[in-house]
This record gives sequence, structure tokens and C-alpha cells, in this order.
Amino acid sequence: MTDQKIRVLIAKPGLDGHDRGAKVVARALRDAGMEVIYTGIRQTPEMIAEAALQEDVDVIGLSILSGAHMELFPRVINALKEREIGPDDVLLFAGGIIPDDDIPRLKQLGFQAVFGPGTSTEDVITFVRDWAGARAIGTA
Amino acid sequence: MAEDVDALVERLLAGNRRALARILTQIENDAPAGRRALSLLYPRSGRAHTVGLTGSAGSGKSTLVAALARVLRARGKTLCIVAIDPTSPFSQGALLGDRIRMQELTADREVFLRSMATRGNLGGLAPATAGIVTALDAFGKDAVIVETVGAGQDEVEVAAMADTTVVVLTPGSGDDVQAMKAGIMEIADVLVVNKSDLPNADLLARQLRSIVEASRSGRPTPIVRTASALGEGIEALADALEEHRAYIEQPEVRAAHRRAQARHQVLALARQRLIDRVVTMHSGDGRLDDLIAQVAARRLDPHSAADALIRE
Repeated sequence: MTDQKIRVLIAKPGLDGHDRGAKVVARALRDAGMEVIYTGIRQTPEMIAEAALQEDVDVIGLSILSGAHMELFPRVINALKEREIGPDDVLLFAGGIIPDDDIPRLKQLGFQAVFGPGTSTEDVITFVRDWAGARAIGTA
Repeated sequence: MAEDVDALVERLLAGNRRALARILTQIENDAPAGRRALSLLYPRSGRAHTVGLTGSAGSGKSTLVAALARVLRARGKTLCIVAIDPTSPFSQGALLGDRIRMQELTADREVFLRSMATRGNLGGLAPATAGIVTALDAFGKDAVIVETVGAGQDEVEVAAMADTTVVVLTPGSGDDVQAMKAGIMEIADVLVVNKSDLPNADLLARQLRSIVEASRSGRPTPIVRTASALGEGIEALADALEEHRAYIEQPEVRAAHRRAQARHQVLALARQRLIDRVVTMHSGDGRLDDLIAQVAARRLDPHSAADALIRE
């Protein structure tokens, strides 16, 4: 009997120490039946990529409030690539304080969605579920 | 599919961590690829020192494992860690937070940490844990440490899988000594009094000593005092693990231990397969629901219902 579970990594790169949003999303995804790995605050891009590799996650959500996303997110993507994890292997999304102007560039980098303040957790759950459903059909 | 798995197994055996991680997922999902991988990996396992670490919730297991990992790394040992957290019975989801306490280990290529959810298993271990440990063992690290959910009971499962079982207790929780009596004592190869900077640590250590002396014949169970958050006593714990390993490496002890482990694993899997088969067979035809309804209404006793289920 195969028991497939969506595994999600929620990580906070950089130096800001406010992880309330990250925890809210982590709990919401857990309550939606997913297995959520939460790594805590102040993660380097290498630590995030390494956790994603070891945990073999399907989804990575990055939360950032410090404004350093354009600096740190590309480094996370590169650290993932160094570990043979590309945009086809994982669903990437971002959350936190991210100006609209930066969103096109983040989408180019491989982020499928950027959730700002006030996003309902239902939106995040639906987003992840839709992607997982599409992938299941694609591989069947 | 089989060729993909075989190639993945080759890469795992060559030390590729991504291949290892992907195989672990297949094993955890009990997918055909996972079973195929296990059949290839099992003959290559049996070399790592497998350590099971159990204890009640809040006894400081994660912090202890992180501190132990640092000491083992300082001694030049390479290791894998499996950290198990509970699956919510309501949502079937899980929040796996052990990496928070093991953050700095993530930067170390010689440590591989995998979080697992229990996925409905009651014994403190996830159903696939034995298979996960086999794969990590075959990966070739020196030690595999499994940190279980603090279930407090039925952790015989841990002992059946590990070479060395560590039971972690903390001062001031009366439950601990109760648990001792209920059988955890029999599975402990090493007892740890963690948070030993707290009051009553002496009392707990004395109580444990008297139980050890009264109940065990042969090798007395060592009692190690640690304060994992302060990094105290961890060297002594690493020593106790090494000593136990040397003990079970004696040929006659080792043979008996391996046989007991193998017996437990085979029977546990056979039991699960039988249950799955019976449930699958009688879910479709409504027979299972029918028998359950009869038992619930007190028209049939549970033994007769179980007999009926198996006989058909």
C-alpha cells in the first residue's frame, strides 16, 4: 500500500528573527495533512538547500521580512542547483515582505508564487494542493 | 522503474546523498521501488552502530541527540540521524521540528539528518523505520541514531531495531520510575538521567541504580547523567555507547542479538501483510463492517469475529 505524502520545507533565510508568519503557514499546511519540516530562523542558503536535499521535500517555502530576498533567494536557488535540485523537482514559493517590483524577477528564478501580508492560509494550501495534483497526473 | 531504482541504489552506494534521500522517500511510502531498493541494500547493511534513543516527551531527546552528534563528530565518527515526530490523528499531517535543535549539524557533510512522521503507528516508531535504518546503514556511515517519539510505552519496537537502546529520563517526573516498572527497563542498554542539573537528579539516579541492581543479571545497565543543553555528560554517554557496542560485538552475543532482531522484523512485517490482506479482502465485500457491527451490538464476541474474518 503506497502512502504518498506531500513533504514541505518551510525555511527562513537571513538574519531577521520574526518567524510568526512562517509558523502560521507551517501549521496550516500540517493541518491540511502535509508533512512540514520547519528549520527555524537564520538559515544560510546552504543550510536550506541541504535540508531540502536530506528531507527530499516536494515543496519549499521561504519566508523573509528583512528585505534581503533579492540577495538571498538567488543563492538558495544556486545552492539547490549544486545539489541537483532544479525547478522541475520542487515547488518553490515565497512569503513575507516582498515589493511587487521584485516579483517578476523571482518568478524568473523559479518561484511559482509570492505571498504577501494578508494572504489567507487557504490560498497557500490550495496552491500547494493544485500543484501536487497536477504533478500526480503528470507522473501517472 | 526497476532499472531507475537499481541505478539510484548504485548512486547511493557510491555515496550520493540525493540518491539516498530519494530512496528513503520510496521506502517511507512503502512503494514498490522502496521494496526493490531494500532488497538490494539489505545485504549491504549491518555494519553501522545503530542506536535507538527513546524517552518521554520533553525529556530533551533532540537536544541530547544534537549534543551527542557533536561529540561523535569530534571523535571522527560519521553519522545519520532519524528524528521521528508524531502524525496528527486528525489531519494526518505532521510538523517536524527536530532540525531546529540540530541546525549546525546541517552544515556538516558527514551528518545526514532525516525527519519522519509516525504516520499512524503507535509504537513510537514510524512503520518504515527499520527500512530507513537499513538504507542509512548501507550508505556507510559509522552510526545511525534514531530518536523516537516520546510515547512512553511499547518502545520495545526500538530495541528490536537498534544495536543499542538508550532510555532518557528526567528528574521530577514520577512517571519515569513507573515506566521503569512497566518494562522499559528491560529494553534499556544505557539509561540517561538528562537535565541532571535539576533538583532530584540524585534521587532519580539512586532509584534507577536500585532497580538496575535488583532486576538485571549479567551486564549491569550503565546510568549516565547528562545536561544536554549545557553539554555536560555527553562524553560519558558516547563512552557508554562504545562500551555497549564492544559488548554486543562479542560473537555469541552478536549472533543472538541479530537473530532476535531478524525474527522481530520478519514477524512484524508478516503480521502487517496479513492484516492488510484481510482488510483488503473484506472491506470490499462488506464482511468486515458486518462483523464489526455484530460485535458492537454485542451479538458476537470479538474473538469469534476475528476467527470468522481469518477463516473466510
